[in-house]
Parts: sequence; C-alpha cells; structure tokens
Amino acid sequence: MKENLYQYILEIADNCLILGQRLGELCGHGPNLETDIACTNISLDLLGQVRSYYQYAAQVMEDGRTEDDIAFMRMEREYRNTLLVEQPNTDFAFIISRQFMFDLYHYLFLKELQHSRDLSLSAIASKSIKEVSYHLRFSSDWMKRLGDGTEESQRRMQAAINTLWPYFEELFEISDAGKALIKEGIAVDTKGLKKDYLNSAREYLQEANLIMPEVEHFMKGGKSGVHSEHMGYILADLQYMQRAYPNMNW
Amino acid sequence: MEALTLHIDKRLISILEKVPDPEIPVLSVIQMGVVRNATVTGNKVLVKITPTYSGCPAMDVIAEDIIKALGEEGYKAKVDLILAPAWTTDWITQKGRDALAKYGIAPPLNATADKAALSGDKKLVKCTLCGSKNTRVVSPFGSTPCKALFQCEDCKEPFDYFKCLK
Ligand SMILES: [Zn+2]
Repeated sequence: MKENLYQYILEIADNCLILGQRLGELCGHGPNLETDIACTNISLDLLGQVRSYYQYAAQVMEDGRTEDDIAFMRMEREYRNTLLVEQPNTDFAFIISRQFMFDLYHYLFLKELQHSRDLSLSAIASKSIKEVSYHLRFSSDWMKRLGDGTEESQRRMQAAINTLWPYFEELFEISDAGKALIKEGIAVDTKGLKKDYLNSAREYLQEANLIMPEVEHFMKGGKSGVHSEHMGYILADLQYMQRAYPNMNW
Repeated sequence: MEALTLHIDKRLISILEKVPDPEIPVLSVIQMGVVRNATVTGNKVLVKITPTYSGCPAMDVIAEDIIKALGEEGYKAKVDLILAPAWTTDWITQKGRDALAKYGIAPPLNATADKAALSGDKKLVKCTLCGSKNTRVVSPFGSTPCKALFQCEDCKEPFDYFKCLK
C-alpha cells in the first residue's frame, strides 16, 4: 500500500518535474520576452506542485529521505515520467505542442484527482488545477495563433503535432500501482478520461487549422522507467549540483 | 487536512498586519489572505499560512518574518504550511485591493471578467495610472506567476494586473 502510493505520487510528480526542467531551459532563450516569461512561469508553477508531491511522498515513506533526495538522488530508471515531457525544445512549435498535449491531459486529470479519497492528493490537485487552467489557456491560444497563422507557422505546427502525437497515449497508461489505488478510490481511472481528451483535443486542433494524426504505433516506456535517449542529458543537468557537491544546501 | 475557516486571534492581527508580503510589500500577509489561522496558548502561537501559487518562493520568507514579528512581541511562534482550502484572490481584502491599485498593480476582477479581459474579448482592466479601461493584455504571464502584463492604450502606461485565481 505504502509502496504503491509512493510510486503513484512519483508518476504524477515526475511529469511535472521533467517538463518544468525542459521549460526552465528556455529561461533567457524564449522566442520573445513574453513567451520566455510565460514558459518560465509555467515551469515555476510545475516545480511548486512537484515540491508538494515530493514532500508528501517523503512523508509517506518515512525513510529519512527529503523532497530534495527524491528530486535529485534517483537513478534514471527510477523516474516515472512519460516520454512526452522529455522530448526536446526543438523549436517553438514543438514546445507549444508538447505543452498543449500535456496541459489538456493535466487539466482533465487534476479535475478527477480532486475527488481522490487521499486528502493530501486531493488538496494538491485542487491547488494545482487553478494554475493549470492558465497553462492550458496559454498553450491552446498559441496552438491557434500558430496553427491558424501563416503558411510557414501552420506547416511547422503540423510537423510538431505529427512528431509528438505518438506520445500522448502513455499519459493514460495505468501502472500496477495505479490499478491497485483505483480500487481504493485514491488513483484516477484514466481509461475514462481518454475519450474526453481526444474529443477536446480534436476541437482545439480543428480550431487551430491542424489535423489530428492517425497513429498506429504509440511510444511508451517512461512510466515503467524505460526512458528515451534525452533523459540522461536532462538528469545530468538537473542533478549536477547534488552529484558534484553531495548533500549541499541553499 | 480538514477544511479550515479563517480564524485569527484578535491579539495577533495588529502584529501580523505589519508583516509585509515580500513580493508586494504594500500588502500585509493579512491583506493578502495568506494567514488562515492563528491561535494563542500562553505565549505560544500557532500560525497556519497557505501559498498563493504552488511555486511561490516567498513562503519561507513569510514564515520567518512572522516568527520574527511575533517574537518581538514576546510570542514563541510556529508556522505551518497548509494547502487546503486552496488560496483564491477572493481572499485579498478590500484594503488590500485598494493598496494594490495605488501601488500600480490592477487588482483581480471576478472570474468571468478576468477570462474576458485576458483573452482580449473585453476591455475591463483599469489602467493604474489614468484609470482608463482602454487597456490591452500584452502577456498573460508577468513578472510573477500571479500577474499578467497590460498596457494602457490611452496614456501608454505598462502595468501589472493581478490575475483572478479561483
Ligand atoms: Zn492609462
């Protein structure tokens, strides 16, 4: 039970951590000042949410580890984030498409997690969803602006969506820990959410003059710890200080 | 983590009203609605605070400042961080809203008006310099996650708008 809950918290939180790290890379490198500030603010929101999750995970395990240990001292295989959030900041079309795909999922997911029987998870969800509704508004606005923009921006948005779409399904995959906790009324049964996600995504894409790709083979593995080639580089950055100066503190 | 109603011991209000929000120093932690509960037993005080945004880096500083301010009045304070119920901009007091506007940050509108203003559908946010509502959103995210960037079309003043969080 304890182990399942810990794993489940990581599944939720690691998505926020790794996407937060990806967005943090844009600090000072956004395409213009406003989007730079927006992406880093979204990153800050996600990292704030991560802290609440990891603090709770540490409290669940009671093994002396802190939120920082959980964030920085795990090996690659121990991270439970989906492959989508580790995809690189190829160009702004990719950044926005990745964000939109995640935000829409994140919003639908948190809406349900608010009703979890685990009061800590439901409290974090109720807090986070207010922030995430702003994220979704930001990313979906840009989907429309670029998708329904110039010929060039439309072409690049469609290319990004085509590349990233095979990664959406993993968001809805249910792990063994998740399965056990759904029965307890703690975890969200994401099976039911997928239909809502697809319907909603289709509407957004249509409005953005973009086509939802037909995909036969979906990419997955991150949730069980098998990550893409990008993950090692992300962790090298993320964990650098703790590896170079173990147990350092602010 | 049971739902908590606002309760602050009367003896503590004037002390806590002197503790500023580190990022918007014209507002006290009371006006900001960050302090949700404060009780006194003997000289011991337990204060419960809640973050505005999850990633708000000011929470640690706020906790330290509260302990210091109460300490100067002879209280031994402990500060707990709570997440439920989640903070909303509705908790910013009227005094706080007035102070925000004077400081140059347009106070939050209600949820419906906020959405219309941020999407650019309606002009509802008042310029903090000249009072005109002929303003436009420059960016839905500003210098901190709780603010958006606006500009006045009449006097050209750029200013922050405190986004509605509900
Ligand atoms: Zn003006």
